[in-house]
Amino acid sequence: MKSEFTSPIGKISNMNGQCISLIGNDIDTDRIIPARFLKCVNFDSLGESVFEDDRKTLKGKHPFDLEENKNASILVVNSNFGCGSSREHAPQALMRWGIQAIIGESFADIFYSNCIAIGIPCFTLPKKSIEEMQNYCDNQFLFLEIDLKKSLAKSKELNFNLEIKESSRKMFLSGEWDATSTLLENENLIEKKFNLLPYVKFNTKLS
Amino acid sequence: MSQDTLFDKVWDLHKVSSLPGGSDQIFIGLHLIHEVTSPQAFGALKDKKLKVKFPHRTVATVDHIVPTDNQSRPFKDNLAEQMIETLEKNCLEHKIRFFNIGSGNQGIVHVVAPELGLTQPGMTIACGDSHTSTHGAFGSIAFGIGTSQVRDVLATQTLAMNKLKVRQIWCENKLSKGVYAKDLVLHIINKLGVKAGVGFAYEFAGPAIDELSMEERMTICNMSIEGGARCGYINPDKKTFSYIKNKLCAPKNENWDKALRWWELLKSDENSIYDDVIKLDASKVEPTVTWGITPGQSISINEHIPLLDELSPNDKLVAKEAYEYMSFKPGQLIKDTPVDVCFIGSCTNGRISDLRVAAKVLKGKKVSNNVKAFAVPGSEKVATEAKQEGIDQIFKDSGFQWREPGCSMCLAMNSDKLIGNQVSASSSNRNFKGRQGSPSGRTLLMSPAMVAAAAINGKVSDVREFIN
Repeated sequence: MKSEFTSPIGKISNMNGQCISLIGNDIDTDRIIPARFLKCVNFDSLGESVFEDDRKTLKGKHPFDLEENKNASILVVNSNFGCGSSREHAPQALMRWGIQAIIGESFADIFYSNCIAIGIPCFTLPKKSIEEMQNYCDNQFLFLEIDLKKSLAKSKELNFNLEIKESSRKMFLSGEWDATSTLLENENLIEKKFNLLPYVKFNTKLS
Repeated sequence: MSQDTLFDKVWDLHKVSSLPGGSDQIFIGLHLIHEVTSPQAFGALKDKKLKVKFPHRTVATVDHIVPTDNQSRPFKDNLAEQMIETLEKNCLEHKIRFFNIGSGNQGIVHVVAPELGLTQPGMTIACGDSHTSTHGAFGSIAFGIGTSQVRDVLATQTLAMNKLKVRQIWCENKLSKGVYAKDLVLHIINKLGVKAGVGFAYEFAGPAIDELSMEERMTICNMSIEGGARCGYINPDKKTFSYIKNKLCAPKNENWDKALRWWELLKSDENSIYDDVIKLDASKVEPTVTWGITPGQSISINEHIPLLDELSPNDKLVAKEAYEYMSFKPGQLIKDTPVDVCFIGSCTNGRISDLRVAAKVLKGKKVSNNVKAFAVPGSEKVATEAKQEGIDQIFKDSGFQWREPGCSMCLAMNSDKLIGNQVSASSSNRNFKGRQGSPSGRTLLMSPAMVAAAAINGKVSDVREFIN
């Protein structure tokens, strides 16, 4: 757990850091943050509880408990990471632990949107490249410099052409991943759309 | 790219603009909120000094944290009490309609909105809960969102989203006797896999789907997300319209006629284009039970747990994890597996028809001495109906505990939890590690009728042996 947490703001284009590998397919958001930790009205204390049950089961041997990973900020995962519940608490917990970017074979849809919405870029790579990264992490430190403009990740020995949805890439580079203000710019269009919806006219209003 | 499907039509109708990054700004017709994923969103509004843009288009209820044994206030659990108080305060401050405990309309958000007639064809519906896909049963485009997106909907009534692809899942023939919607959807997820739906909306169609009641259709759409599809829907038909008619928020009088005229046109065109089409034979589906740690790891009641060699390379890693976590041996039968806890409830299978089916199995029988069994109605309305029909008494007479409405042991945010490595037969939607409240608890997903059968025998059973 890192000491000071500050939420990302504005444009995001470069991420440099140490990788932490977490092996497994279909790792769901209940595992990332068990439901009992959702009893909160803010996200502040979630970082320490990330993967709580998995970590307890592995008694200190979970990647998130290893001394050599304590400064890691780029998470490397396998397929369908973040499946299950829509709880944003999951990426919030990862972010508060120190994760700033995730590279994986694939991500569940809602988890992916949540990551984008809070400023965590999620990149994909083919299974083979992920395994190469994870094997490397097993034996030595892997430090990556990620350039979002070029969708490139570089280390001393390895280079990877990362894939990311074009809309997400643009949103990070422009800072529009924090969507509220962008959406509000179209206030007139929103009103117009609302007035055109058929069901607005025939619905029984809740009083 | 799909064309002229219901999904395309509803998406286009709600599209406000194309955003600079390439995603679409989509208007959300109905926003549902609950106590768990909304407090931080209201907090963010406050920080940004924003108001709720269309308070009449958001509706709230409380479900995840409510106790099911004693709902008197304040709740025994301070954190749970704090969450319900925060929701009460936020709804009051922002003039949002809140169906609180005791209102007669509280319950699991995905049970309540259809009951109130809020869920209607052709709408976009969002909620900070992944099982929002449930509402697609009415021909709406409904999907789960995270808290930052809840904030965006509150502030703008819109979302930035990438359009999904559309896969039609065509279900031929009819389900056999003793086989339910839950079995069909578990079967679909097993055949397609838990991540096949990533990037897709699922359109469920075909004779087997037409045949289903609205509540069964909700069960199907509810679990779309377990197959990776954030959204699942069914084209509306006469059953849809008659379910909505006369509900509290349904269109009334001449508005009903207007609504009907629009709804009747709302469906995928006969020659619409899908990104993918899958066909399967519903008559081949048997009572289905999960044996592993993802909803895709299921088998029919008479099958054995797959051997590693029988699985595709991609499924082996999770299968190994599942054997170990569940303490099951590859090749062993799932039938006759002893169970400790039986749970009937949840947004998947906590509706009145689910309770009726289970009651039919339970009538005149007793729950095994080794089993703790409890039923949690999906809403106050479901509970009232069950009482009127004498269903609660059938459950109680059999040895089931009859509880108050809420999400309960589907995700175990209240005090309903597994203990240690107990095995639960559950009518809920997720068998993830630790899902039901114990880090080593084991969940077997099945239909409510199968849970009732398991409760009586104290072990996984074939419900077809209980019904004629």
